[in-house]
Amino acid sequence: MQSIMLRLRQNSLFNVYVNHAEWYPSPANLNYFWGFGSIALGVLVSQIVSGVLLAMHYNANINLAFNDVEHIMRDVVGGDGLRYLHANGASMFFISVYVHIGRGLFYGSYFYPRITLWYSGVILFFLMMAAGFLGYVLPWGQMSFWGATVITNFFSAIPVVGGAIVEWLWGGFSVDQPTLNRFFSLHFLIPFLLAGVAIIHIALLHEHGSNNPLGINENIKKIPFLTYYGIKDLFGIMLFIVFFVYFLVNCPNLLGHADNYIEALPLVTPAHIVPEWYFLPFYAILRTIPDKLGGVIAMVVAILILLSLPFLDTSKIRSGLFKPLHFINFILFICVTLCLGWLGQSVVEFPFSNLSEVVTILYFFYFISHFRLTTQYVK
Amino acid sequence: MFAAALRESARVVLPVAAVVTGATVMASANDEVVPAPNYPFSHKGPFSSWDTKSIRRGYQVYKEVCASCHSMKYMHYRDLVGVAYNEKEAKFLAEQIEVEDGPNDEGEMFERPGKLSDVFPAPYENEEQARAINNGALPPDLSLIAKARHGGEDYLFALLTGYREAPAGVTVNEDAGQYYNPYFPGGKIGMPLQLIDGAVEYDDGVESTASQMAKDVCTFLAWAAEPHQDDRKRVGQQMLTLFAICAVIAGYHKRFKWAPIKNTKISYFK
Repeated sequence: MQSIMLRLRQNSLFNVYVNHAEWYPSPANLNYFWGFGSIALGVLVSQIVSGVLLAMHYNANINLAFNDVEHIMRDVVGGDGLRYLHANGASMFFISVYVHIGRGLFYGSYFYPRITLWYSGVILFFLMMAAGFLGYVLPWGQMSFWGATVITNFFSAIPVVGGAIVEWLWGGFSVDQPTLNRFFSLHFLIPFLLAGVAIIHIALLHEHGSNNPLGINENIKKIPFLTYYGIKDLFGIMLFIVFFVYFLVNCPNLLGHADNYIEALPLVTPAHIVPEWYFLPFYAILRTIPDKLGGVIAMVVAILILLSLPFLDTSKIRSGLFKPLHFINFILFICVTLCLGWLGQSVVEFPFSNLSEVVTILYFFYFISHFRLTTQYVK
Repeated sequence: MFAAALRESARVVLPVAAVVTGATVMASANDEVVPAPNYPFSHKGPFSSWDTKSIRRGYQVYKEVCASCHSMKYMHYRDLVGVAYNEKEAKFLAEQIEVEDGPNDEGEMFERPGKLSDVFPAPYENEEQARAINNGALPPDLSLIAKARHGGEDYLFALLTGYREAPAGVTVNEDAGQYYNPYFPGGKIGMPLQLIDGAVEYDDGVESTASQMAKDVCTFLAWAAEPHQDDRKRVGQQMLTLFAICAVIAGYHKRFKWAPIKNTKISYFK
């Protein structure tokens, strides 16, 4: 028996497990914020499994899609739980990933030598947003239809070729059957791309190892991933599942929009078109700029500006624990993002539009302030 | 240092929070609609199930009052079995309607009595007919209405019992089928007051006041929008208990495993 185990462990595939999970050297002082990477991976797996099961009962047809979702909710055994698991799973994925990004921002996980790791994370974030948006269209409710119309229209802001690109995305002259069909196809594809990039993300992480709360080189003292971080992450995952299940049982529609239980009506525009909650901060930035192209650029830059952090941040110290000004700045940034999210679902009038101008500037200020401003008083 | 930093950040955060809260209050006062109160429906809590007697009465109100204008295209007679009626009663109810079926062996459509698998009958042939009869207004399908409106059953109850005289300055053209209801967005609704005391005679002897009927039909509609909620709550509470126990075990095991590392003492000698 022992010799079989020994031979198995020498197998090259098993080696990946031994080197990258079982004996993977981790810093000894990681706190629970580091567990949100594992939680996000867990939610991704849950999303893929529940999504494949849902796809077995779904037709991407404008006349059937809404009824199929109701068929899943009413007639498929356990279908209501499955669908709520998938719909709220997207929110849970974004919650865990936002905490994950926030941890990276605060503890300086974007500094050299983890720049490529940070960049792969931004790609993951973009793919997630694409998957989330495409998935929201599939139930073919009012918000699905009008959200798809608004968001695909962003591309019409591109000069000269914008209109042609939008028609190419739609496969016609409005959001219609070809759009729903291709969105379903892409919504099935993107999670697997996401899983692939997540593997690259982990490979890049394991090149230099995890950052840690102190932000110092810990190569002198590392501990094996299993069982130490295995059990620590498992504890975090269990607590997160309790939070998730509580949500599923008591308020499965809290994060959705009531209008999405009305079947899509191309001739009736809802009073307020709002995207899912996880896009709201960026939606607020988009609406702040009075020019359409300018708004789209500002919204994309609001995410792409994450890429500039490794170069904008001139600090010699990695961790936010030792930079009091950065600490304050970070807490302010979280408040600003939450405020933007709340402004994103408010109507565009006084005082919200005026407030969102100020708050959008504050959002970008966080990133720019890393260039010398919050770092020079550290010494 | 942490305390100082927190104090500093609080100094920055609190004014922002004050502005945010203030503006939220303004936001809620902005729309021209009265928000529905939060009514104590007995099915609302995490451990409470549907009031099936109320659902049964609510179905009666739907059938005798609402169904003359509103369809429920996702509800079948079989959905009532085990909730509001037993199988025999539900079959009897289904047999009261005529359903067009076919074609038969001669290629002709025929009428037959309803079965458990049939959906509730729709009052109108199509949307155009519904609009033509109702002054251009379309009575919405009620299968999902409790989930398709902000406030859910609270909103429905407030709406059904909230009809009153239009206040000064608001003109409502009753001849064109407009009625005043402060809970309806915009205040002008195409549906007249439906629930008046004694409109329905309940078969379980409960007095059919307007608010009793509204409560029953709202419970029925909330159940119709979410028929498996009881099962989901039960399984959910079991899972919550299971994972909470798992979390405690994992937490204990984590402390146990980490004890040597947490107690490691590093000393430096000259």
